[in-house]
Amino acid sequence: MNAFDRHSGICAPIRIDNVDTDQIIPSREMKHVSKHGLGEGLFANWRYRYEGHTRTGANEEFVLNQPAYAGATILLSGRNFGCGSSREHAVWALHDFGIKVIIAESFGRIFMNNCARNGLLAIELPAADIDRLQQQTNASPQTRTVLVDLTECRVHAPDGDVFEFTVSESDRHMLLGGLDYIDYTLKFASDIERFVAADRRRRPWAYL
Amino acid sequence: MSKTLFDKIWDAHVVTKLDDGSVLVYVDRLFLHERTGGVALTSLREDGRSVRNPTHVFATMDHIVDTFPGRGDTTLVPGGELFIKTMRKTANDAGITLFDIGNPRHGITHLISAEQAITLPGLIVACPDSHTCTLGALGAIGWGIGTSDCEHALATETLRAMKPNQLRVRFDGSLGNGVTAKDMILHLIGRHGASGGAGHAVEFCGQAVAELDMDARFTLCNMAVEFAAFTGLIAPDEKTFAYIANRAYAPRGEMFERCKASWRNLRSDPEAAFDREIAIDGADIAPTITWGTSPQHAIAIDGKVPERDELADDDARADLDQALDYMGLEPGQSLLGLPVDGAFIGSCTNSRLSDLRAAARLLAGRKVAAGIRAICTPGSQHVKDAAEAEGIAKVFVDAGFEWREPGCSLCFHAGGEGFGPGERVISSTNRNFRGRQGRQTRTHLASPATVAAAAIAGCITDARELKPI
Repeated sequence: MNAFDRHSGICAPIRIDNVDTDQIIPSREMKHVSKHGLGEGLFANWRYRYEGHTRTGANEEFVLNQPAYAGATILLSGRNFGCGSSREHAVWALHDFGIKVIIAESFGRIFMNNCARNGLLAIELPAADIDRLQQQTNASPQTRTVLVDLTECRVHAPDGDVFEFTVSESDRHMLLGGLDYIDYTLKFASDIERFVAADRRRRPWAYL
Repeated sequence: MSKTLFDKIWDAHVVTKLDDGSVLVYVDRLFLHERTGGVALTSLREDGRSVRNPTHVFATMDHIVDTFPGRGDTTLVPGGELFIKTMRKTANDAGITLFDIGNPRHGITHLISAEQAITLPGLIVACPDSHTCTLGALGAIGWGIGTSDCEHALATETLRAMKPNQLRVRFDGSLGNGVTAKDMILHLIGRHGASGGAGHAVEFCGQAVAELDMDARFTLCNMAVEFAAFTGLIAPDEKTFAYIANRAYAPRGEMFERCKASWRNLRSDPEAAFDREIAIDGADIAPTITWGTSPQHAIAIDGKVPERDELADDDARADLDQALDYMGLEPGQSLLGLPVDGAFIGSCTNSRLSDLRAAARLLAGRKVAAGIRAICTPGSQHVKDAAEAEGIAKVFVDAGFEWREPGCSLCFHAGGEGFGPGERVISSTNRNFRGRQGRQTRTHLASPATVAAAAIAGCITDARELKPI
């Protein structure tokens, strides 16, 4: 996994609540037995125009299709972003598209975990802070970029406002080091062995 | 120290505490499906890792397989056949028990995990599917995860997490006539919002919960994720033990007696502290239906879509406007009498035998209204076989329903099928998200009885006014 410490980028607002993972990538867009190449299906229902079930082109109204937001790497959203299906394809699609940071009022739990496992940073901020980020970037998104600093847990807005955030210490440690969760846990293999040996006596019915 | 039900299960599974405040939690069972199971097993292998304990891992085909009679590995999902074949090969290579298409034990993960007593009270069961919380109905922790965490659980038999906060939701008194577990959970989410349970494990309790049969308890816990909860669970009782007894993987004889003695402790201590509490009077719950594009857009069947000036703020009004624009509805509108194009009974929420019976009671002797596409997808082969044996399948077919093979089906156009753009569908499923059941399809979530009543009437109807013939 790539390490994440600081990132400066263009902000795109999708300021609605409950952006579910079916919106982030519809199940029909999850075409490959692979974690790669899913960016094309990102926000497919919003990003493309359709006739029946056939795509007929880009929906120019959708924020990520607007030239002002070209190259956006930071998304601003509302409450409960990434709710719904556990599909990690949502994070793989965001990653493949180039999104590095999502700032929202809150996140779906599984989605937030999936972000950390893939080097994406999910930051929770109050609505008022996200409002200010949006206000300060919207006039000229290409030049008024936002700096996200995970080493200090701060978001720097273009006008100099600084918003502090908290992430789980566990995820922060893993993201900063670009560490692999499985490798990390395998260091505790002997603890797992010991637990299983004792638990097998306590709850023999749990072991098949 | 007093403990909650969740504490008791969680604490018994803590392998070790890590420096950063997270814990490694032992996972008793892992269930895979073909959408991500093959990806996870392939990725694990490419990273030079192996499955730590294949005897605790199971797999099925439900997310991509289609549900047409006579089906095989081919499906309408683009590239779908490869997912199915990859799941089969990787499961076999890893020595994982696979309930393949055609196996009499095949079905939707969360149904068969319970039907076969692969999940038992007090276990922690993980699955790369958000509705794993369904299994909390057995007094277990059902833990929905992503693919990376699935690989983690495969390789280490653990998950790494922070312990969630805890919320107790008490349903007091009894439910009214014609009110179901589906109505309870939609009512809860309608009242407290789709992020109302965020950060919390939710214990459901109270008289109305105790009075539910096991099938209904699965329905209640199933939609805990739609409440943004970590999971939902119910303390096991004699109904739970009777349900488990003699199922395929259930402990037998003396061991089962020993289990029951242990499982009777799986209840929150009287003094146990919860971070939050919600109380709902069962008598206040009506048959409930959604009008919008989030499960929180739920109202009583005879209620009305909110008016703009009833809402708290501009965000809520914008949410209303967007949802109603998608759904083709107006503020203040009643849903009763609204014509539907499709009716679907199925999914891990409501595809069990008692769900099918509830619908069949209304369908018997009646026909689906002209022009409506009505589909019933039993959740498992076991449910399908039982429904066919007791004549329910015939009731569905005679009424004009399509009778399908088990799988996730039209809950999210699994199998590659969807309803059409602009079509209005009444559905026993769990998510009314935009495009979930087909691009631009308009979904109304409701109980199986409400779906059956709408299929017959051709429009949204109060099922309580439709008497069995």
